[in-house]
Amino acid sequence: MLALTDLIIKLVVNNMLDLINVSKTFYAGTVNERKALNSINLHLDPGDFVTIIGSNGAGKSSVFNAIAGAFYIDSGAILLDNKNISMMADYKRAYDIGRLMQDPMKGTAPSLTIEENLALAYSRKAHKSLFALNKRDSEYFRELLTRLDLGLESRMKTKVGNLSGGQRQAVTLLMCTISLPKLLLLDEHTAALDPATALKILKITTDIVAESRITTMMITHDIKDALALGNRTIMMDEGEIILDIKGEERSKMTIEELLTYYSRERKKQLTDDRILLA
Amino acid sequence: MTLLIGSIQLGLLYAIMALGIYITFRILNLPDLTVDGSFSLGMACAAVVTISGHPFLALFIAILAGSFAGLATGLLHTKLSIHPILAGILVMTGLYTVNLAIMGGKGNISVVGSKTIFSMVESMVVVPGGMGETLLALSICIIVIAILAISFKTRFGLAIRATGDNEDMVRLSSINANVSKCIALSTGNACVALSGALICQYQMFSDVGSGSGMVIIGLASVIIGETIFGRRSVTIGLVSAAFGSILYRIILAFALKIDMFPAYALKLISAVIVIIALSGPSIKAIIQQNKIRREVQTVKKAQ
Ligand SMILES: Nc1ncnc2c1ncn2[C@@H]1O[C@H](COP(=O)(O)OP(=O)(O)OP(=O)(O)O)[C@@H](O)[C@H]1O
Ligand SMILES: [Mg+2]
Repeated sequence: MLALTDLIIKLVVNNMLDLINVSKTFYAGTVNERKALNSINLHLDPGDFVTIIGSNGAGKSSVFNAIAGAFYIDSGAILLDNKNISMMADYKRAYDIGRLMQDPMKGTAPSLTIEENLALAYSRKAHKSLFALNKRDSEYFRELLTRLDLGLESRMKTKVGNLSGGQRQAVTLLMCTISLPKLLLLDEHTAALDPATALKILKITTDIVAESRITTMMITHDIKDALALGNRTIMMDEGEIILDIKGEERSKMTIEELLTYYSRERKKQLTDDRILLA
Repeated sequence: MTLLIGSIQLGLLYAIMALGIYITFRILNLPDLTVDGSFSLGMACAAVVTISGHPFLALFIAILAGSFAGLATGLLHTKLSIHPILAGILVMTGLYTVNLAIMGGKGNISVVGSKTIFSMVESMVVVPGGMGETLLALSICIIVIAILAISFKTRFGLAIRATGDNEDMVRLSSINANVSKCIALSTGNACVALSGALICQYQMFSDVGSGSGMVIIGLASVIIGETIFGRRSVTIGLVSAAFGSILYRIILAFALKIDMFPAYALKLISAVIVIIALSGPSIKAIIQQNKIRREVQTVKKAQ
């Protein structure tokens, strides 16, 4: 009976991700008490590409941490593709969630080769095989690397530790998307790179997302990017979503308007010194 | 000659312990101190079962016991979040009692007169000079290396290697890093216990204190191997650890032979080898820095 209602919900409602009244407080009951997430409600349709902006400490990374399971939420529920994952262990959620951090060192194993790193990430969905490296997968990896256009396809036996930050981040991006997750979380994944490399990685990101149609959330401190990329933009402050725009409203939105909205709404200036206004 | 053959035989048998150390220290990147206890554990199990007349079963029981010891350390570390070094020390300490209990409360027991895999081979192969024993030790060593080398090429082996390298990345790839750690610790200690069991049958006795200092001896072997072969792939790493163990025994035997050291200096020598090897990179850096400093000074003077 339950299964049937589940099925009906799945057919009728277009849900990829739902956050329902999600709250998280750190160090509750102490002087350091910090409300990182305050009754967050968020609904994503399949294929949504949401950009997220907000000042330092607004709770952007905390939303990702809650979804990916870096911590368990205090209250509320997180549904991924209509399945409640609120209490699932982080590595189990990772089966359907790809996550990319700001630090290029975080997402790859430096003393393994590019090929081995990809093989590990691919083991989620790869055909069953005894050995981690095999011809069929290698061909697939080579094809993916060729598409990055960074010359990495000829360096598959190179240890990832010998790559530049940008190259590592590109490899990590492949690792996050190689097994076609239901959700891709990008946390300022170009912030640690030089502008030219950042641009290239961003281009690769949008290409992959456009092609694979993976539902994506991207945190950025570049408001211009936030409005230009994806189909929807969310602004966060003090653990709350204070703005959520898409469609015409979003395409008409300018950076100035966004900043004015913020200061009017929150009675303060957007204080992120890293926010790019250009 | 007998000295050389003897040390090669010992080196091959201890090599299996070095393989275990290589797995935990180098591949998993986790300093596992269970080893001292699990070596004696392997010895104790092997002694009791060998005396009861089952030399082959003795080895399997030792492997099983060793893997449980490693698993215990792994569970203390992953489930109870105890620091891995402390987890290892806890299990090692507990094993001391377990080992005594296995040996019926006695500190050492002799297996003289019982059938061992070595006595069986000697009676089968009629080559003089302990050739049979050497070949047996060599084949066991090769088999273990082959099994491990193949295992680390599988998907699960790759997961273990990645866990030692970047645990977060493993979790992000939807693999339970805790399982990788427990299995690697299990495998490592199974090797160590097997080595203890073989040494027991080779030397015809089991002593509850035999395991002490084994971590350092194993680490010294791994490091000697690495200085010769360099740090490369896992397969080469395994082979080089085994070579390191043989070399260690040969060096040791000759040092003792020419009365360079008394026999009880063994552990101090091992410790010094490890210290020298570990200090290598920092000493190199200091030399490099001094060189740069001198060059800068000469440039200044020239101006
Ligand atoms: N693990 C944690 N322990 C304690 N406090 C935390 C933890 N994670 C986040 N916080 C707090 O929660 C608040 C929100 O942090 P979060 O990292 O989500 O901000 P952010 O929007 O990602 O900021 P930034 O732009 O600087 O990355 C901050 O005040 C932070 O100090
Ligand atoms: Mg953040």
